[in-house]
Amino acid sequence: MPKAYSPDSVPRFVERTAHDVVIVGGGAAGLRAAIAAAETDPDLSIAVVSKVYPMRSHTVSAEGGTAAVLRDYDSLELHALDTIKGSDFLADQDAVEFFVARCPREIFQLEHWGCPWSRDEDGRIGQRAFGGMSVKRTCFAADKVGFHILHTLFQTSMKFENIHRFDEYFVTSLIVDGGACEGVVALDLRGGRLVAIAGKATILATGGCGRVYEFTTNGFIKTGDGMALAYRAGVPLKDMEMVQFHPTCLPGTGILITEAARGEGGYLINKDGERYMQRYLPGKMELGPRDILSRAMVQEMKAGRAFEGPYGQYLGLDLRHLGARTIEKKLPMVRELTEKYMGLDPIREPIPVRPGQHYIMGGVSTNSKGETTLPGLYAVGEAACVSINGANRLGSNSLSECLVFGEWCGLTAAQYAKQKAAYPRGASAREALRREESRVFDSLLGRERGKETLAGIRVEMQQRMERDVGIFRDEAGLADACSQLAKLRERFANVGLADKDRVFNTELTGFLEVDFMLDVAATIAHSALNRRESRGAHSRTDHPTRDDANYLKHTLAFRTDGAPRIDSAAVKITKWEPVERKY
Amino acid sequence: MADQDVVFRVKRYRPESGAKPTYQEYRIPYRDDMVVLDGLNYIKDHVDPTLTYRWSCRMGICGSCGANVNGQPRLTCGTYIRDVHRGAVTVDPLANFPILKDLVVDFDDFLTKLSSVTPYIVREDWGDLTKEYTQFPEDVEAYRQQSLCINCMLCYAACPVFGASPEFVGPAASALALRYIRDTRDEGADQRLARLNTKSGVWECTFVGECSVVCPKDVDPAGALQTLKVLATMRHMRRLLMPKSVSR
Repeated sequence: MPKAYSPDSVPRFVERTAHDVVIVGGGAAGLRAAIAAAETDPDLSIAVVSKVYPMRSHTVSAEGGTAAVLRDYDSLELHALDTIKGSDFLADQDAVEFFVARCPREIFQLEHWGCPWSRDEDGRIGQRAFGGMSVKRTCFAADKVGFHILHTLFQTSMKFENIHRFDEYFVTSLIVDGGACEGVVALDLRGGRLVAIAGKATILATGGCGRVYEFTTNGFIKTGDGMALAYRAGVPLKDMEMVQFHPTCLPGTGILITEAARGEGGYLINKDGERYMQRYLPGKMELGPRDILSRAMVQEMKAGRAFEGPYGQYLGLDLRHLGARTIEKKLPMVRELTEKYMGLDPIREPIPVRPGQHYIMGGVSTNSKGETTLPGLYAVGEAACVSINGANRLGSNSLSECLVFGEWCGLTAAQYAKQKAAYPRGASAREALRREESRVFDSLLGRERGKETLAGIRVEMQQRMERDVGIFRDEAGLADACSQLAKLRERFANVGLADKDRVFNTELTGFLEVDFMLDVAATIAHSALNRRESRGAHSRTDHPTRDDANYLKHTLAFRTDGAPRIDSAAVKITKWEPVERKY
Repeated sequence: MADQDVVFRVKRYRPESGAKPTYQEYRIPYRDDMVVLDGLNYIKDHVDPTLTYRWSCRMGICGSCGANVNGQPRLTCGTYIRDVHRGAVTVDPLANFPILKDLVVDFDDFLTKLSSVTPYIVREDWGDLTKEYTQFPEDVEAYRQQSLCINCMLCYAACPVFGASPEFVGPAASALALRYIRDTRDEGADQRLARLNTKSGVWECTFVGECSVVCPKDVDPAGALQTLKVLATMRHMRRLLMPKSVSR
């Protein structure tokens, strides 16, 4: 017999009316921010609010590595240049310079906290090659880097008595009072109640929004929650058209095969056994940046040189020449995943791969401290757009970004909280809570099911994004996507819920997630429609070249009652004048 | 397309209904490349949106989707329907944990236990952040196996000792304790072994070994528990013989 559950049986967190810093999300960025804030002062109260137990966060799926300049053959200047060139000159160069300078100490910090980095024979942290990085710069822990970073941070966070976890609390809205953010309202999934978690400062570290696409490497939980929360509070989303498609995903499932497979020397082949990258990028071959590799794959498919399988066309990732020892030592997860999910051994057969949505360079617009335009509100990690990634992120820069800006944002928010004498007044939190109770419990839960279904709307959105806002885009497709997304938003109003329970209602959270994703998808499509050039991951077949005269600028998407309002902001250039991006 | 059917027999428990747990059956189409999680997702999207379970990465690394499949603790994302069905697939919540709703169980107890074994590096002198502590590949290898634990809780669901004595610190938390004890950067072995040498510690384990059988990541918590018993005994002996020694 199952043991009876009583919500009072385990004390789950310290009951406080308000915290100093409220962090939404418990992945690498959120936990790094939490530890940084907690370390500054044991009297500060840090709340980590996550819709999953933190060790389930999608950081766990990152595989290949974390970039930092650690060796004499490398330099900060070179890491910055690679990143800026990879971004197709859309990155803010001041932020990139800050970023590359802070990466090494974050690698050592994680090392001091126990991260099992793979080592060279001399006992130093090893580094491997990665796409778009001109030297070996990527630190790794076999090919489970995100997993190890996440568990290291999560376990280390248990040291701090002033970090209070709210595990399995789903944030439904921000509390905004007097022009400042003062915490969040969240659905306590187990308690089946809404609660106000007030804080002097609030950090959004909710990750990306890959689930707006049908074919994605992202986990089910990556639904752009933080982006939508900020957007609804009037904060712009920046560069949302910049969506990264990773070239090597398993057909059918979208499971990622790490870029480290190519970093260690793997080949990409077409059905004729040819290393087709010689046609597109002979200088870099398989170690080109992801945007270029994904486009090359689509071009091979269109030219009829791809394999055909039950899930459509695919290409081959050939690791056979690396040998069993390298694969077992450096790429154990690649082998585990292909054996389990494809039923083949990469030591003996090439791995079927195709491009899939992997990451979004865009996000909540922030400066390099993580500050947004709303006082008291910060964003960090994939949820944010600082921007160091511009139009295309280099592999292994995102974990570093979570660490560097996680720390910096945590410190900044802690400072802000310390300078603010008073905790938020309870009235605004109570009012926000009442509003959410009425919206979520009375209105949403009360809706009866009609002919529209939640899964139906979600899948239509994902297929539309896949088809018209994918690797290659054009005016007609994007315009159509914008109007279809608006229609889906109208139809979404007719979706009802079958599950009327308040406790652990995953139909309700699924509804709230699609609600968030419809907002986020619209900003992606409208931003893409507005950028009539090709830059980085944004490839317009009707505008195939980069147009610095008109588009060397960030896109900002603001919420209105109708379609997003698109504006722009200048790109910060320090010392690298934009030139043609050639490899 | 799907050319065959399978019956999913899923344990349902709705805390707000006041009713006891029951099984509900769903007949669904399936293909040979579908895992049990795909079946649950099919039911949620097309048959019964009230079915409640956890999942995220669907690639065996986030640890969310454990359930008892035909009585065996499994990650549902890594268990093929074709391998487990005999006309039906029975899915229960992971055994030995309080059920919150349907297949969702409460793991808070594990997090308290994990916290109790000091799951982080302990040391006096931290040095600065300009370089790493030296570790050779063989030093990493010494704790690598235990560091692979994804906290999926299958080992607790398989452990009869934990089922009978819920205070038992259990397999995963013990394996992670050993992971830090074996790390050359760490100085916290003594406090961990002191914790594990208590009534709720490693001596509860009767070496059934089921935890290592069900572990999807080959962490071998049963082996870790036996090693910890040896280490705890050595520590105890040293303290008897050399009461003033500060042992590692």
